[in-house]
Amino acid sequence: MKKLIPLIGLLASTGVLAAGPAPATPFPYFVANCFNCHGTEGRVNSAIPSIAGRDREYLEAALTAFKAGTKQATIMHQLAKGYTDEEIAVLADYFSRQK
Amino acid sequence: MTRFNPDRRRLLQALGGSATLLGAAVLPGSALAAPGKNKKLGRVVVVGAGFGGATAAKYLRKWSNGAIEVVLIERNKEFISCPASNEVLAGNRDYASIVHGYEGLKKNWGIKVVHASMIAVDVDKRKVKTDHAGEFDYDRLVVSPGVDFLFGAVAGYDEKAQEKILHAWKAGPQTVALRQQLVDLPDGGVYIQTIPKAPYRCPPGPYERVSQIAHYFKTHKPNSKIIVLDGNDQIISKGKLFKGVWDNDYQGLIEYRPNWNITEVNAETRIVTSEIGDRERGDVINLVPPQHAGKIAHDIGLVNANNRWVNIDWVTLESTAVKNVHVLGDATLSAPLMPKSGHMANQHGKAAAAAIVEILAGRQPQPTLLANTCYSMVDDRRAIHVDSVHRYDSEKKTPLVVPGSGGVSAAPSIEEGLFTRAWAKNIWSDILT
Repeated sequence: MKKLIPLIGLLASTGVLAAGPAPATPFPYFVANCFNCHGTEGRVNSAIPSIAGRDREYLEAALTAFKAGTKQATIMHQLAKGYTDEEIAVLADYFSRQK
Repeated sequence: MTRFNPDRRRLLQALGGSATLLGAAVLPGSALAAPGKNKKLGRVVVVGAGFGGATAAKYLRKWSNGAIEVVLIERNKEFISCPASNEVLAGNRDYASIVHGYEGLKKNWGIKVVHASMIAVDVDKRKVKTDHAGEFDYDRLVVSPGVDFLFGAVAGYDEKAQEKILHAWKAGPQTVALRQQLVDLPDGGVYIQTIPKAPYRCPPGPYERVSQIAHYFKTHKPNSKIIVLDGNDQIISKGKLFKGVWDNDYQGLIEYRPNWNITEVNAETRIVTSEIGDRERGDVINLVPPQHAGKIAHDIGLVNANNRWVNIDWVTLESTAVKNVHVLGDATLSAPLMPKSGHMANQHGKAAAAAIVEILAGRQPQPTLLANTCYSMVDDRRAIHVDSVHRYDSEKKTPLVVPGSGGVSAAPSIEEGLFTRAWAKNIWSDILT
C-alpha cells in the first residue's frame, strides 16, 4: 500500500489517465471522516486545527503516534486506533495534497 | 485534472481493462467519474436536508464532479441545528447561531433545493410527488427523515398538552419556547427532565441539557431544582463524566432517578406519572418522548424493524424494504453501539453518496469506515466527548466498533469546550457550504 502512494502522486502531478499498469485503488472515501471536525478537505480556521497541506510525513508520524498512544491528545489517540497503518498512510498523503 | 469518460470505461472493460484500473486513476480531490459535458450519470432526489440529507446532497455533487443531478427536498426554509441547541436553553449561545441557510448548497454545488413536502413515492416509476412543487423522477432516492415522536406512548400528551409541555427535541420554535419557560421560572422552581428508554436521538443530549440548565440555575436561580426522570437504568452516555460534573459542580441541584419510565402527563396540574405509579410535580416539564423513524419513512413503506426503524444494507445504505431508496441517520435501525447523532448522520450521508456515485458510474461500491464524535458542554466553557470508529464486518454484514478504538474524555476541560464550538462551526460548514 505504501508503495502505491508515490504512484498516486505521479498520476496527480501529471494528470495521466491510466498511463501504464496501475494497482487497484478506489477513491479513499473514508478520508471524509476527518472533514466533520477538520473541515471539508481538512481546511478550517478554528480551535480544531486545519490539516490540509500539512507535511505528509508529519501527518503520518502524528497519526501513528496517536495510534500508539505516545502522542497526547484529547480525542485523536482514540480515533486513530480505528485505522490501519495503510489507511493512516492514505490519510496523510491525501491531506498533504490539499491546498 | 483527470477526466473520466464512461464510454471510454466501457470500451476499456470490453477490451479486458478493469474498472479498478481506472479506479487507480481516479484521484482524490479531482474529477471522479466525470463524464463529458452533456453526459449525466443520473439524478438523485434527496428528501430531508438535515445533518444526513444535506451532507449526502453536497457529496453526491462533489464526488461525481457534477455528473449527478441532485434535487434536495426540504419542508423547512432553514437548517436549525439540534447540536448546540442545549446551550441556547441555558443562555450560553444565541438562537440565531444555530440557524443556517441553504444558499451554499445552491450556489456552491448547484443543488436544486425545493422547499416542499414529499407526499408520495412511486417506487416502480421512481418518481417523488411533492405537495406543491410537482414531481421529480429519480435514479436513486435518498431519504433522511430523522425521527418523529410517539406522543401516544405518554397518556395525556395530546396536541393541547404539547403546547405547554415541550419536547424541544427538534431544534426550532420549541427551543425558543423552552428557553422562555426557563427564563420565566421563578427562583426556587422545579424543572423536570424526562428521558425515554434508548434508542432515541442523541444519547448524551438529555444529560447535556440537564448540565446546561443546572449551570443556568446555579448562576441565575440558585434555589431552583432539577429532577431527572430517566427511563433507562443509568446515564446511558458518558455516565461517569456527567455524574462527576453533577456531583462536583451542581451539588444539591440535581436529583437523578433511574428506571423512571413516564407513562402519563397532566398538562394542567403539571404532574407526571411513572409506569409503577410514582408521581412528580414540576413547574417546567421537558418531556422527551419515545421516538421512531420520521413519518415519511412509515408512509412509503421503509419501516421494517420493530415497526419503528429502517433496516438498511450497511455497504450502500439502501433500504432492505424498497429498492433504489437509501436511508440515512436517526431513522435507521442503528448498528451495534452506533449512536443516533448528527455527526453519524453526516457520515451516513457521505457513505450513501459514495455508494451512489460508484453505482451510477457502474462500479461496485465498497464498505467504508464510519466515525463518530459527540461533544457535550457541561457548563458555559467546559466539555466532554465520546467517540468511536465503526468498520464494516463482512460476515455480520454490519459496522462494528473497531476494538480498542474510541473512548471518552479523561475529564471535562476548557480545551474540549473550544473544540465543541469549533466542531459545530466546522460540521455546519461541511454540511452546508
